[in-house]
Amino acid sequence: MSDTIGYILIIIGILFDIFGCIGLVRFPDVYNRLQASTKCVTLGTILLLVGVAMVSASGPTSAKAIICAVFILITSPTAAHAIAKGAYASGVKLWEQSVVDKYAEQKEK
Amino acid sequence: MITLFYISLLVCCFLCLYRIGRGPTAPDRTVAIDILGIVIVGFCALIGLDTQKDFYLNIALAWALLSFIGTIALAKFLEGRSFDE
Repeated sequence: MSDTIGYILIIIGILFDIFGCIGLVRFPDVYNRLQASTKCVTLGTILLLVGVAMVSASGPTSAKAIICAVFILITSPTAAHAIAKGAYASGVKLWEQSVVDKYAEQKEK
Repeated sequence: MITLFYISLLVCCFLCLYRIGRGPTAPDRTVAIDILGIVIVGFCALIGLDTQKDFYLNIALAWALLSFIGTIALAKFLEGRSFDE
């Protein structure tokens, strides 16, 4: 039973990984790519790690997989935020059809 | 079935490598490197499940740490500031 749930979680996670990477290739500018790929790949890898923790029989492997999942859950949004700020500061333009630019609005005030 | 998982994650890695090679600006490449690191963490966990070896999860943990530090360093470099601020 636990094996079945684990494999289902792994399959869902890998599907999310693939969708995130397709988004990384297909979207038009840095910010779109960042938001598509970071969220999808974070969720996908966390589901994959939880699935591995459920399928694997030994205790330490499961514990390490869970620790790894929590670590990715904390660090991935932080890294994405830093990249977005760095990209804006280095002067990358938004896609011409983007509608809102909160950073520029904040600078005008 | 686990072969299919490997092939899917390899496709993910090659899509990231395409963006690293092609990406028009430096932030594109940084995003792709970050995503590649996270995908490889999942890959290591999957190898650990397949081979029933424990130490692949250690590799995954260390890879997640180093990938995070590298991404933060690249983002700070893009921002054009030092680490002290």
